[in-house]
Amino acid sequence: MTPDAKLLPSGLPRIESMEMRGIVKKFPGVLACDHVNFDVKAGEIHALLGENGAGKSTLMKILYGLYHPEEGEIILNGLPVEINSPTDSLNHGIGMIHQHFMLVDTLTVAENVALGLKSTREPRMDLDVVSARIRELAVKYGLKVDPNALVSKLAVGERQRVEIVKALYRGAALLVLDEPTAVLTPQEVEELFHIFRQMAADGHALIFISHKLDEIFALTDRVTVLRDGKAVGSTLTSQINKAGLAAMMVGREVSLSRERPDVTVGKVRLSLKGINAFNADGQQILKEINLEVRSGEIVGVAGISGNGQRPLAETVAGLQPVASGTVELDGQLVTGLPPARMFKAGLSYIPEERMHDGVVKDFSVAENLILQDHIHAPFSKGIFLDFKFIAKHAQRLIQAFNVKTPSRETLVKNLSGGNIQKLILARELARGPRVLIAAQPTRGVDIGATEYIHAQLLKGRAEGLATLLISEDLDEVKAMSDRIAVLFEGRIMGIVTSDEVSTEQLGLMMAGEAAAV
Amino acid sequence: MNDQLTLMTIVLGIIHSGIRLATPYLYAAIGETFSQRSGVLNLGVEGVMLMGSFFGFYAVYQTGNPWLGLLAALVVGLLMGLIMGVVSITLKAEQGISGIGMYMFGLGLSSLLFKTMVGSVEGVEGFSELRFCVTDTLCLADVPILGDIFFNHSIVTYGAFALVPLAWWILNKTTWGLKVRAAGQNPEAVDSLGVNVDAVRYVSVMVGSALAGVAGASLSISLLGIFQENMTNGMGFTAVALVYFGSWRPYGVLVGALLFSGVNALQLWVQVLKLNIPSDVAVMLPYLLTIVALALPFRRSMQPAALTKPFERGEN
Repeated sequence: MTPDAKLLPSGLPRIESMEMRGIVKKFPGVLACDHVNFDVKAGEIHALLGENGAGKSTLMKILYGLYHPEEGEIILNGLPVEINSPTDSLNHGIGMIHQHFMLVDTLTVAENVALGLKSTREPRMDLDVVSARIRELAVKYGLKVDPNALVSKLAVGERQRVEIVKALYRGAALLVLDEPTAVLTPQEVEELFHIFRQMAADGHALIFISHKLDEIFALTDRVTVLRDGKAVGSTLTSQINKAGLAAMMVGREVSLSRERPDVTVGKVRLSLKGINAFNADGQQILKEINLEVRSGEIVGVAGISGNGQRPLAETVAGLQPVASGTVELDGQLVTGLPPARMFKAGLSYIPEERMHDGVVKDFSVAENLILQDHIHAPFSKGIFLDFKFIAKHAQRLIQAFNVKTPSRETLVKNLSGGNIQKLILARELARGPRVLIAAQPTRGVDIGATEYIHAQLLKGRAEGLATLLISEDLDEVKAMSDRIAVLFEGRIMGIVTSDEVSTEQLGLMMAGEAAAV
Repeated sequence: MNDQLTLMTIVLGIIHSGIRLATPYLYAAIGETFSQRSGVLNLGVEGVMLMGSFFGFYAVYQTGNPWLGLLAALVVGLLMGLIMGVVSITLKAEQGISGIGMYMFGLGLSSLLFKTMVGSVEGVEGFSELRFCVTDTLCLADVPILGDIFFNHSIVTYGAFALVPLAWWILNKTTWGLKVRAAGQNPEAVDSLGVNVDAVRYVSVMVGSALAGVAGASLSISLLGIFQENMTNGMGFTAVALVYFGSWRPYGVLVGALLFSGVNALQLWVQVLKLNIPSDVAVMLPYLLTIVALALPFRRSMQPAALTKPFERGEN
């Protein structure tokens, strides 16, 4: 064996093994990591799976030097190492691709890569040298990047590649990938997985964090499941199935399939005709939107983040001014009316920014349950709130919707994401709407709560509710919707019947190709 | 003929004082540009200028050496910057409020020290005009028109103008400048690459504040040769506005500073010549210009995204 065999394509040494032993990390009131063991070897992709708050990100931030553990040690190639900062981990060859891109939009690709590195011409930058090296790495790893491009001009998939190049440039032999596929189309995900597999084959060690079960099976060799800060299981990916993994993750059996019973669809409850809208910068964000949702129907809206989902939801909610076109709710023309009038016309709205637009986080559970309706009976009499009724109402909804809260007076900011989402769902469904806009209703919500929210949406459907389900989770859109509208750059590329369309077809439409169906 | 000569003199006078008056604005606003590009809004420039102005003056008053005055102003500026850094970077206080605190502190302390250590308004011999003399009688400053505009300023004024390309070079061409720009835009990204965001910001704020100190001294030991209580009279706040006006770019700041000092010089001459414009209107003119310029919407999009936002690791 030649010595070169131990080197990576980037010319740097491999990390043969990395082991985290007995890691303990406490945050005020939470044990985020409870004696966790985790390891990865060169040439391997090891999945770290768990719900939000299970401790995956915390564990990886410890490995990357962003957090310091109370107990435990990190062992690289058989030797214990101290990692106190990202500088240490980078020096040891550990790189991290963060869930939220760590890129500076106003800088070029080369400047982003060069940031914080010594130049060959201090104090001047040596961007030409950096660019040449980026091109070299790009060729070796099959990553298409233009060093001179401004990051703000890049598409999401390209930014992802810049992040990988950044890590490789710094000599990463071990890469932590924190939910890297969250904002990509299925085709981009496949491309990215191809790159990851190649990197593993070349001798890199990869840690893949995800809560998407399909991706775990598509990509990884081994999987470790975290729950409530503990490693509850570790196995070869080939030796377990989806249901088994889901059960390990949640701690009980969960149903992954969604049954959409046959429902007779009724009259049109929501109708958008020829909607055009612009943002504050004068860019057109909705283009000729025509869409109808009928009673007893769930219409899904798929698309990559930022292609008009939010303006679409806000148009119906009365938050987005429209330049032309009409909005009809339950037969009433409501174009341009304020939210209060939309609610009166039978609309309920679950906004995508749950903490920002969905609740007042310093208000109690009971108060948050009457945000729209506190001004009229039965919640108030004249100018006075009827606290007795409000309390009773809260108690009823907390029970009916299974919201886990210490009491109805607990401040909403102290609830978990899943429970806040259940609370919003409770408020919106209890109002007896005829039309529901559900924007990203299960984003960042654990599997258990997701299962519950889906069941409630299907119950609404059976009772004749017209639901517009906006989601970036393609599996969710496919499983829940009767029909699917795909948004691309503010335009509906096509409306397809969900049972007749493949994920690939949806992916192509999300990337801007017109419907082939 | 005589009228033409007078007009010529007036126009020359306006240009000459415009360039002179740009001096404190340039030091203060270029300094503030560094601070803001790194993500820290230092509203206390005015207070730092007053402190620099006083200590610069006092050092010259005691020693007669203008260079010691400049050094004193620089050091005081650095120290004031350190305080601002501790409050806004380490303790993560609201930047606007702590800046106002710095202003009040500088205003009060410089007045108090002046009263107890000097007492009455005294003149000092500060930096004089360079004049660029080749021989005893032949000076570039005496060249008609050009001489007065280009060759009749003190070294402090030339320094202010030299600072503009230097600042541009540091911000755009050096590794340090890259860190400053990135820290003001996306500190999380900077942190994730193992760069100490707080250190970048401390240095930027302190350098900016040191320059504000020099800006104050340029008034007391170069342009005027005296110190008075509250002698900056809003210049520091104008400098902050100039950074916005100049879209956080040194050359933009230069244009703003010249425009502002030009209008300022114009209004001085309006007053001198007793033209039929109420002097209050003339005094207001530069400030109105600032407000109009700041309201232009396209400038806002160039604002450093993390400006005024303290950085804290791992908030999600």
